[in-house]
Amino acid sequence: MSDPVSALNGKTYSGSATVTENGLCGMIVLRGTFTDTVFQQAVRDIVGCDVPDIRKLVRSEIGSAAWMSPDELLLLVDYSQTEAKLSALRLALAGTHFMAENVSDARACFTVTGAAGREVLAKIAPVDLSPVVFKSGDFRRTRFAQIAAAFWLDEADTFHIICFRSVAEYMFNLLKTSAHPNAGVGVY
Amino acid sequence: MSTRLATRGRLIDRSKPIEFTFNGTSLRGFEGDTLASALLANDQMLVGRSFKYHRPRGIVAAGSEEPNALVGLGSNRRYEPNQRATTTEIFEGLTATSQNHWPSLEFDVGEINSKLFSRFLSAGFYYKMFMHPKPFWKHVYEPFIRHSAGLGKAPDKELQDADTYEHFYFYCDVLIVGGGVAGLQAAKTAASSGAKVLLIEEKNYWGGRTPVDGGTIEGDDAQDWVTKTVAELEAMENVILRSRCMGAGVYDHGYILGYERLTDHAPDMAGPRHRLWRIRATQTITATGAIERPLSFAGNDVPGVMLAGSMRDYIANWGVLPGQRVVVATNNDDAYRTALALHHAGADVVRVVDAREEGGGKLAEEVRGLGIRIDNGRAIAKVKDGKRVTKVAICPQNGTGGAREEIAADAVAMSGGWSPVVHLWSHCGGKLTWDAEQAHFKPDPLRAPTGADGKAFVVTAGSSSGPMDLKSVMANAAKAGINATQAVGRTAVDAGEIKTSVISEAPMLPVWLMPANADIELRMKTWLDYQNDVKVSDVQLAAQEGYESVEHTKRYTTLGMATDQGKLSNINGLAILADSLGAEIPQVGTTTFRPPYHPISMGAIGGEARGEIFQPLRKTPMYAWHDDNGADWEPVGHWRRPYAYVQDGETVDQAVNREVKNTRENLGLLDASTLGKLIVKGPDAGKFLDMLYTNMMSTLKIGKCRYGLMCSENGFLSDDGVVARIDEDTWLCHTTTGGADHIHAQMEEWLQTEWWDWKVYVTNATEQLAQVAVVGPNARKVLEKLNATAGGGLDLSAEALGFMEWADGKIGGFDARAYRISFSGELSYEIAVPASQGLAFWEALVEAGQEFGAMPYGTECLHILRAEKGFIMIGDETDGTVIPQDLGLHWALSKKKTDYLGKRAHSRSHMADPDRWKLVGLETLDGAVLPDGAYAVGEGVNANGQQNTIGRVTSTYYSANLERGIAMGLVKHGPDRMGEVIDFPGLDGKIYQAKIVDPVFYDKEGEKQNV
Repeated sequence: MSDPVSALNGKTYSGSATVTENGLCGMIVLRGTFTDTVFQQAVRDIVGCDVPDIRKLVRSEIGSAAWMSPDELLLLVDYSQTEAKLSALRLALAGTHFMAENVSDARACFTVTGAAGREVLAKIAPVDLSPVVFKSGDFRRTRFAQIAAAFWLDEADTFHIICFRSVAEYMFNLLKTSAHPNAGVGVY
Repeated sequence: MSTRLATRGRLIDRSKPIEFTFNGTSLRGFEGDTLASALLANDQMLVGRSFKYHRPRGIVAAGSEEPNALVGLGSNRRYEPNQRATTTEIFEGLTATSQNHWPSLEFDVGEINSKLFSRFLSAGFYYKMFMHPKPFWKHVYEPFIRHSAGLGKAPDKELQDADTYEHFYFYCDVLIVGGGVAGLQAAKTAASSGAKVLLIEEKNYWGGRTPVDGGTIEGDDAQDWVTKTVAELEAMENVILRSRCMGAGVYDHGYILGYERLTDHAPDMAGPRHRLWRIRATQTITATGAIERPLSFAGNDVPGVMLAGSMRDYIANWGVLPGQRVVVATNNDDAYRTALALHHAGADVVRVVDAREEGGGKLAEEVRGLGIRIDNGRAIAKVKDGKRVTKVAICPQNGTGGAREEIAADAVAMSGGWSPVVHLWSHCGGKLTWDAEQAHFKPDPLRAPTGADGKAFVVTAGSSSGPMDLKSVMANAAKAGINATQAVGRTAVDAGEIKTSVISEAPMLPVWLMPANADIELRMKTWLDYQNDVKVSDVQLAAQEGYESVEHTKRYTTLGMATDQGKLSNINGLAILADSLGAEIPQVGTTTFRPPYHPISMGAIGGEARGEIFQPLRKTPMYAWHDDNGADWEPVGHWRRPYAYVQDGETVDQAVNREVKNTRENLGLLDASTLGKLIVKGPDAGKFLDMLYTNMMSTLKIGKCRYGLMCSENGFLSDDGVVARIDEDTWLCHTTTGGADHIHAQMEEWLQTEWWDWKVYVTNATEQLAQVAVVGPNARKVLEKLNATAGGGLDLSAEALGFMEWADGKIGGFDARAYRISFSGELSYEIAVPASQGLAFWEALVEAGQEFGAMPYGTECLHILRAEKGFIMIGDETDGTVIPQDLGLHWALSKKKTDYLGKRAHSRSHMADPDRWKLVGLETLDGAVLPDGAYAVGEGVNANGQQNTIGRVTSTYYSANLERGIAMGLVKHGPDRMGEVIDFPGLDGKIYQAKIVDPVFYDKEGEKQNV
């Protein structure tokens, strides 16, 4: 097999914030019953954390879990380990009603760093990005202008954004436009 | 004459002169001037021509309610029509042109016409005049109306706007719209609770009109109080203030639009021109002030006739004196403030005409004390027509307009009382109540706009609530702040009574017509709606003709339908209507207030969506390769797919023909990544798919594929594709490219709302996989070569992987899933690999395929290949009205299943009708290509006298393999009429004759795919 290539191969832009396409990330969509202890244990075994609360992302050293819907999680793991983790997950949940699929290649990942990050996102996503409301570990499944997207904020005040691979270029140009150095709002 | 004063002008900086042009003439103003104040300072009284009659028009107001002074601003890529001079801040190099005049503003032919024909242009004239004779509308009336009526010209369609725009989503507890003293007080009160407060103000300064009128608040001069309060609010962390930001509309669920104009006052400043704030506020306080009403007298539209309050705004704010000899006409005490301002600024107030027999109160006494003559119980009979005020005729208010006294004057200040700005309150359902004392509609706090919880989410503050005196305004604003804060679950500091100066005023007198019984000659010259040229006589005529509803009258007369939405004309117009109908004003009611409060730019609405991010384009992992190799792109939803790969020296058609032949003869490669791939899993997945597809999917064996059809509940074909059984409880459903998202959504919809207890999960894995169709006699060879040279163990022989089977394994080192399926009738594999390796896999195929004649092919070749085989295409053979039976797909309708979506609908009489048009092949007698969408004509005519049709073309192509045109179509009784020739008239005038044939044109036995 050849080396996997992400949608924009690490493209970056620096404006009021820095926008970077981040390469491939291992992603498993996991659907099942959150209250089921077998499900909970499987999540813990695969990504090292508990099932997240609504609109949250939890992290451990070996992975993260993000809340996508009342019966859907997004598990983030090292790209090279995705298939192995997926197999382990399927094994652990065998016999229960669940779905686990590798969606790593279906996605593009971006980061937005810098103090203007909140405003860059607030121009295109209908989300309250006030520092009082949107904090580290908060996660939203929403839209960025005309496309579906999900994002969260980490401890270093970096925003992580996920969208479908086919619209990676639109997402990059959108973030670039929003991070134009002369377009600060001055609110956050 | 209108002049600049040597003193006054609190908003202008006289040390910063600015040069601008109006109709090509260079004029000067100061920083802080609006275009209106600068024009007046240059004695430019005439600023435009009216909509219908082309009458000369001047500036009437000082704020955003201005109906007349609309100009075209800027040029080329920055040209914008219909901009209000009163809200345009001037800047160096501004260019403005007046509108709706021909050939020039000073001399206008339309005005001559209207003098001759104005009696024909009365209410409803469009409806009455232009009905007959019928052809006249297109060739005579419409061109005439388009030339003479209308406002600004649209920008050049070839020029792109030079500016950028953006949106901004913002959330707060309390939003205050309006930064006058009431808005500031409401914000101060709300902010004291710690609530998150956003205060927006459409102008570039705070405090509204109060600093013009003076008075004291909490012991401070009004202006000092404003400065102090703004500083206090700016220092608070929980408060954000934005000037030049208008509250444009209030919508459901506390959604409010703010329209921020960032660079209109400085177009060369970097950054976006406008920003549309998309605000979610728990509570909204509208502190939008009040608008003064004009008085309705003949000639009230002559340049120089101005609202009294606006006249003193020009004096105090911009140091501009709009007239030297001024008549003040009023029905209330407030206009006396204008008389005082004019007098103190050096103007000669030649007369105050007060319609009230008893006259005014303390302010009137002060004016009289200055030696100014006040006539009580008098009215303006008429202002003499012209390009500016020259003579004003005075008469008794209680008369028909006789016994006139004529006085020379160059300006008239008029005041008909003040109306609260209730627009934002009303946008989302807030109701109004009639205040007889002040003769205006004001918000009824008991019938507020309510949110999902049934509770009010809008509160009004200050004069937009009704009270007009400073003391009540401030008390009302503080109360509004407290109420809104309470509603967001917080407690504001109640500062108690706010001390202000108090001036008692005598009661106003509602005056809807001046003089009260003005004769028809006067009423035909008395304007209600300046912008749309509607007069008192028009509304009266409408009433006389039977228009009773205010909404109907509005549309019939066009009262209030212009860009200002009748801000000045609304109350006056409906008062005239009420009077004509013999009804009370509150019974007649108001028309509907709709957002936006003022027009906002199209750019702001579009936001960032322009140029490369106008619309998202979806690109497969192989997009760049296609682009580098001559792809002629075709939009398929948001995807871009190669229509054909055009080589040097080829036309697109030639490229398509080459691809069609090469794929049949050698090897074709198609990027099929855009096809939908939905994974459906769970113990009930089989049952679920049996409901969604018309045929049986639960019985499909693991490792096998089956072509399936989906119908809507109404039985119409909605999608198709190949389904593969992956394991005991997992299926993979291929959908059409355009169907992926909505079929996924439809699956979720059924699972969440109807079959919520079924154990099924769905994931849309469309983009996880890049998929390549390897098609043609050499298909197996190229894949086996990849396996041989680059490693890979997947056995692709006919024995190991039969037709309609799939298998996982390595192909040429790639993790792959191979489906042996064919949409072309050739030996064909569709190979799915992870998207991140899609390009590498594609390139490997292209390289390995060279010796086998591999060529990529596009969507048009795909279409032709399937049409040669008689395969249907969703969107070509179907259009939302076609059922599987129409297409001869009975074999795909399960008879074993008790139910599936569409089954019941198929038994309806219309669906089972034997006369439905059915799919057949069509072969032109001369080999020509039938025109797409052409209809076949039959005998006789229908009820409308049109020739009967008996069928239509659904797909038509030139087949390079068959060297002739081939087509499919739906024809009445088609399958029973094989061999018959029917006529298809083309738009080119030619009658295309086509023979009805079997839709399978190529390899009828299907031998080519089974090798």
